[in-house]
Amino acid sequence: MPFQPVKFYQTGTFTVGNRLLEPEVRSVQANMQRTNSLNSGHRACQGCGEALGARYAIDAAMNASNRQLIAANATGCLEVFSTPYPETSWQIPWLHSLFGNTAAVATGIAAAMRAKGRRDVRVIAQGGDGGTTDIGFGCLSGMFERNDDVLYICYDNEAYMNTGVQRSSATPPAARTATTMPVGPEPGNVFGQGKNLPQIAMAHNIPYVATATVADLHDLEYKVKKAIGIRGAKYIHIYVPCPLGWGAASHDTIKLARLVKESGLFPVYEAEHGVVTSVSRIRKRVPVEDYLRLQRRFAHLFGKVPAVATIARIQAMADQNIRKFGLLEEGTHS
Amino acid sequence: MNKPFAITLDVGSSLANHTGSWRTLRPLYVDRLPPCNNACPSGENIQGWLFHAEAGDYESAWRVLVQDNPLPAVMGRVCYHPCENSCNRGQLDSAVGINSVERFLGDEAIRRGWRFDLPAQRSGKHVLIVGAGPSGLSAAYHLARFGHQVTICDAAPQAGGMMRFGIPKYRLPRDVLDAEVRRILDLGVTLKLNTRVDNVLDAMQGGGFDAVFLAVGAHIGKRAYIPAGSAARIIDAVSVLRSMEGEEKPMLGRRVVVYGGGNTAIDVARTARRLGADEAVIVYRRTREKMPAHEFEVEEALQEGVLIKWLSTIKQVSDEGALTIEKMRLDEQGFPQPTGEFEALSSDTLVLALGQDVDLSLLDGVPGLEINNGTVQVSPNLMTGYPGIFAGGDMVPSERTVTVGIGHGKKAARNIDAWLRGETYAAAPKHELANYEKLNPWYYDDAPKTLRPTLDILRRLSTFEEVQGGLDESNALFEARRCLSCGNCFECDNCYGVCPDNAVIKLGPGKRFEFNYDYCKGCGICVSECPCGAIKMVPEEI
Ligand SMILES: Cc1cc2nc3c(=O)[nH]c(=O)nc-3n(C[C@H](O)[C@H](O)[C@H](O)COP(=O)(O)OP(=O)(O)OC[C@H]3O[C@@H](n4cnc5c(N)ncnc54)[C@H](O)[C@@H]3O)c2cc1C
Ligand SMILES: Cc1ncc(C[n+]2csc(CCOP(=O)(O)OP(=O)(O)O)c2C)c(N)n1
Ligand code: SF4
Ligand code: SF4
Ligand code: SF4
Ligand SMILES: [Mg+2]
Repeated sequence: MPFQPVKFYQTGTFTVGNRLLEPEVRSVQANMQRTNSLNSGHRACQGCGEALGARYAIDAAMNASNRQLIAANATGCLEVFSTPYPETSWQIPWLHSLFGNTAAVATGIAAAMRAKGRRDVRVIAQGGDGGTTDIGFGCLSGMFERNDDVLYICYDNEAYMNTGVQRSSATPPAARTATTMPVGPEPGNVFGQGKNLPQIAMAHNIPYVATATVADLHDLEYKVKKAIGIRGAKYIHIYVPCPLGWGAASHDTIKLARLVKESGLFPVYEAEHGVVTSVSRIRKRVPVEDYLRLQRRFAHLFGKVPAVATIARIQAMADQNIRKFGLLEEGTHS
Repeated sequence: MNKPFAITLDVGSSLANHTGSWRTLRPLYVDRLPPCNNACPSGENIQGWLFHAEAGDYESAWRVLVQDNPLPAVMGRVCYHPCENSCNRGQLDSAVGINSVERFLGDEAIRRGWRFDLPAQRSGKHVLIVGAGPSGLSAAYHLARFGHQVTICDAAPQAGGMMRFGIPKYRLPRDVLDAEVRRILDLGVTLKLNTRVDNVLDAMQGGGFDAVFLAVGAHIGKRAYIPAGSAARIIDAVSVLRSMEGEEKPMLGRRVVVYGGGNTAIDVARTARRLGADEAVIVYRRTREKMPAHEFEVEEALQEGVLIKWLSTIKQVSDEGALTIEKMRLDEQGFPQPTGEFEALSSDTLVLALGQDVDLSLLDGVPGLEINNGTVQVSPNLMTGYPGIFAGGDMVPSERTVTVGIGHGKKAARNIDAWLRGETYAAAPKHELANYEKLNPWYYDDAPKTLRPTLDILRRLSTFEEVQGGLDESNALFEARRCLSCGNCFECDNCYGVCPDNAVIKLGPGKRFEFNYDYCKGCGICVSECPCGAIKMVPEEI
């Protein structure tokens, strides 16, 4: 059963809180006593989606685990902006791993907790898309295969942001990065085969896989809470816009996350043991152009001569998702 | 140094790092002016009272409402609700049924016997009000709440003005009117009925009043020159409607012709039908589109079997009541022009509903007054040319509605109150308008399909007043919750949630929010994601 939105209390459950809702159906973020796991004073850019997504996810996990939580964190923006030694923004037990081994470090923490008989302590591994889909991929697959009792959260901002916006295997086609410049016959990143980590995670048949965005807080919190309650390997892939790397306005972070889902480019769903169990349907469908235009990494598509064919190929990717996941129809999954 | 292995520095919190210094733009919480409030001629804080109604706190809602308008049950029936035409929700699906919630609150207050708060202090000043119509009653209410002693004189045997002697019962039941008038009088206002004021200066000086508010309305039916036989029965609409309140109902006959195209013409024709006329025909010189009467009233009249002859004027009336009608056509400018084609129409009574003039005789001999087009000229603070005499409602140049009259009463009261203290009233500057572009409509849910049909039926009932339908509790609550709270925080917690820097401080229920400028980097996400446009970005001063 997916997260059930409450309808029509002026804003239903689309907003963070809502004074007319029962407190138990408000989000963790609406609570005055929320943990603020990632505290103020961190050095993330203005409007950073990763900082926001991390606080959303870890606060929800803290709430769901009765504050018995340990997190391992791969190298990347999230680690660098939060913890310039000896200062930290984290208000939870938190370990910095290497760039590529955070899944393995978390496995170790989980093993230690088991040895100490601390079944109440829940373990999270977290990292960026580079740390997850590229360099950390081997460790992650091993963690899935062994079904270790860890929730792995990937904050996907679609490139290696911390080192200056280099392409990762999660960078979308046509996007400009420092290493995929908009030059030549196919400017920006190539239309490759893609490397869809949620789908790869599902192929491991682990108990729980989900995708989420920072634009739908209630759905995100529901998924984190659910994952914390499951023993074994869990994977949540959170889409987090990066104003700096994408060349987007800092105030558009949530809007971009909304548009990527409403266009169909980023399907939001959950799966148990390799089978999709629910999808978040599109509320107000938009063409991919509405999403692309807000980002300078796609500016070369909208020059004097718009790259109509390229935009159409991106639109085709969105349409494919919509068909595959049943993003438009009532009550259908793939 | 006693530190764990490999640790050389004390762990510190990032709170030491004041990222607020990065900011070039600063978010500010604001209250913008909701378009409904802006459009309400009585200046009601509609968004403000809906805020309480949304939470099911109807008494607080009613109390906020009556800060501006003491007659919500009346308004919820007769107001033409310009607020709904400007409601932002109209651009999303359909406007909030403000008027129907207002009526619900008004009826609820009567049912539960809610009273007005008595003034804390008495000023010792005494104000005379001439006319107990909506404008006079509104002024009395506000002046009494300011602590002034108020006496109203009205020539009629009962209070209410055109609300009683004009607007028919099937649109405004008299027990509703009586209840709301009584509540105003309960503030200690003295009402002298059957007391015509013939000379305002005499009345003012003779009664030792410190100021006067005139609200005598416009009661003299306009005549048109129509050659008519001496036995022809021609009467004016206001007299017909007024006599509806007396013992003897007017004798209009079987065939009634009404001349005019305003709301009064419609009311008379519908009244005639209710009095048993088989035929009630409205003769109007222009087209339906040009008719000043409101579309919904025309529609209701047609449904009740009233006939309307468009593009027609009455040229002549014979002794037997045979009318000669000339067909008209509209010229390029939209003015009706005679065509020279005639037809006959028979009638037992011809009722003229051609508008009303003001009876200004009580102002004879008052120095300094300016009369223009039969109305008294007033300054923006509603004072006439004679110091201490104010005027409002139908007798001054403006739109002639109950709501405008009530608005004038409030405005006059504020100005009289200031004037009595030797001051000038200055209204607080208006907030910036919360137009649709300031909202983030994504957050407002679509009305669920299961509830819509119910609502639509209720809406229909609440406009067809003879069905006597109002909203019940659950529907009133639903309707109130459709409000988008334009421009004013409704505590959705979005700003508190969406800030990546936890730089929004939640102050608790009813207390709203505050920015922590030590850490706010000025990204502006809160501004983009505030559903109702209650935050704005301003350049940081350096
Ligand atoms: C048939 C009809 C239907 C209408 N329907 C609507 C409607 O649905 N909605 C709407 O908003 N508006 C409607 N109106 C307009 C509305 O009724 C008037 O605009 C409004 O009542 C004006 O208020 P007022 O206080 O200025 O004057 P009035 O309501 O006219 O009150 C004036 C009072 O002053 C008294 N008075 C007059 N002269 C003296 C004197 N010398 N001494 C003492 N007392 C005096 C009168 O007896 C009267 O009680 C309608 C009008 C008519 C005629
Ligand atoms: C083994 C190793 N190689 C390279 C680096 C340099 N490095 C640090 S963070 C980073 C990129 C991080 O990208 P991603 O995981 O997507 O996180 P983001 O910064 O985008 O959040 C790189 C290449 C490193 N720290 N370690
Ligand atoms: S570069 Fe991107 S991900 Fe890194 S801190 Fe800035 S906005 Fe956040
Ligand atoms: S939505 Fe509410 S605040 Fe906005 S215009 Fe309509 S009634 Fe007024
Ligand atoms: S976002 Fe919500 S809580 Fe914040 S100011 Fe706007 S309405 Fe109020
Ligand atoms: Mg990245």
